[in-house]
Amino acid sequence: MWVPARAIKFTHTFGLGGMALVLILLLMFTGILMMFAYEPSPERAWQSISSFQQDVLFGRLIRGVHYWSANLLIPVALLHLLRVFLTGGFHGRRRSNWLIGLGILFFILLSGFTGYLLPWDQTAYWAITICTEMLGLIPGIGQGLQHAIVGGSEIGSATIINFYALHVAVTPMALIVLMNWHFWKIRMAGGVVLPFGPTDDPRNAYRTVPFKPDLLLKETVVTLVLFALVLVIAIVFAAPLGEPANPGISPNPAKAPWYFLGFQELLIHFDATFAILVIPLLVAAALVSVPFLSYDGEIAGDWFLTPKGRRLAIVAAVTSLIVVPLWVLIDEHVIGPGGWLPGADALISNGLIPFALVLGGVTGFYVLIRKYLAANKNEAVQSLFVLLFVAFAVLTATGVWFRGAGMTLVWPWQM
Amino acid sequence: MADVDPVRRSFLARMMQVLGGVAVLEAGWIAVSALVPRRRTTPLMDEPGVTIAGPVQRFEIGSVTAFGDGKFYLARLEDGGFLAVHRKCTHLGCSVPWIADEKRFACPCHASAFDIHGDVINAPAPRPLDLFPVTIENGIVKVDTGRLIRRKSFEPSQAVRA
Repeated sequence: MWVPARAIKFTHTFGLGGMALVLILLLMFTGILMMFAYEPSPERAWQSISSFQQDVLFGRLIRGVHYWSANLLIPVALLHLLRVFLTGGFHGRRRSNWLIGLGILFFILLSGFTGYLLPWDQTAYWAITICTEMLGLIPGIGQGLQHAIVGGSEIGSATIINFYALHVAVTPMALIVLMNWHFWKIRMAGGVVLPFGPTDDPRNAYRTVPFKPDLLLKETVVTLVLFALVLVIAIVFAAPLGEPANPGISPNPAKAPWYFLGFQELLIHFDATFAILVIPLLVAAALVSVPFLSYDGEIAGDWFLTPKGRRLAIVAAVTSLIVVPLWVLIDEHVIGPGGWLPGADALISNGLIPFALVLGGVTGFYVLIRKYLAANKNEAVQSLFVLLFVAFAVLTATGVWFRGAGMTLVWPWQM
Repeated sequence: MADVDPVRRSFLARMMQVLGGVAVLEAGWIAVSALVPRRRTTPLMDEPGVTIAGPVQRFEIGSVTAFGDGKFYLARLEDGGFLAVHRKCTHLGCSVPWIADEKRFACPCHASAFDIHGDVINAPAPRPLDLFPVTIENGIVKVDTGRLIRRKSFEPSQAVRA
């Protein structure tokens, strides 16, 4: 079997999709091993993990590989999404595969979230309390949703069983089905996306090399290096197991898993209806709509699509890197808890007004680069995507490193 | 092949589609039924019930006593009335300790604070602490931890007197 030489260049994809697959396989292997020791009940969960780490040969290593694979998988998957987007790999035949990829991302996040509770230590218990409470804030369906997921009114036996079932059965099955479909569709589309003209078949336009040894060797190297990296990290940094969960004592601060801290940070700046419902829905709708917008042609294959695309992406990234921290600081120290219109209902003062400001800012940015920097639609959408991606990354970083006791803004070394 | 009746064939094809759809719906119904009633038959959840707090005289005016198992604090107000406040912060669900020196509930998670009545002193809590119904029978204070009462603010009528 022959593949285009250009497609297997490391810097074309950085092997991110393949890395995600390796990490998922590691997770499944270590996960299955732990299933023979873990007991999914509030009374036994913590002890079963503690004993597994202490008494089972390589127990600590197995759990460590599982923990770090999960924490690496999420950024790797997001970077893969970013790469596919920036190389325009969602046009034409690849449209539905973008959606399948989003489905995989959803189940990866669900898997991480459900797994987070299982150790039943203080971190786990309160992080999931926070997250399910945030869910309950969704107007209308929130309470019902929270009740269904928690399996009752309090986090307890039913919750751990729900989460366990989702974590070891539902999400792995969904991932296996979706990943197979995802890989098959990539083959049907002719492999990794490459630059081509309107009538080219990329398979004919490039010099090809044999799969074995060229691609196989590269994939093996990436796999082994990644595996080695995960092993080293797992050996040096043990997976945490805090104090057993105590429903009477909440830690200070109580934070969601790091990949949801962007949303917890949003909740600090926006009223619940906007932070938990409106904004996530808009983000989801935006992601789903990416392959279906009306572009100026199916430009694809090169990173950032064009040289101008690259400049605009940098402009967008820098804009977010400056504006978002400024926003966080202003909201914290100038605006304060009363909101943008103190005295008015929280929904307006902390919700509608800041949301309208952000929406105005984003729309203004789009109009600016279209009119004054003469971006075509593809470049403009790309710039907007980078703007929002970096903004969310900054919010996540803020939540992880700059929020201390009482969720006040602190320097990381003050935490 | 001779004599294929297109009308009969299309009818049978349509029937297969419809019946297949019904089968899928039935499977879905079975799945949902398996998942839903766990809320009603909750042997897995701690059974809520009535906690017997103790005789009325045991609780001094202005005192706040923690009941870990019942997940509430029993507050005895200035006028002798009893309030059983749920220990769960109304912001994002953390357990709120009573700080006797400051005479307030101070949530460690995001700095919400409540007074002895459960009213909000400090944001971001959106509403006062919820209450459990209190009854006093034969001089014994009892708290029903099976029912939660939400309120917009403290009203003196919410406190129960002997």
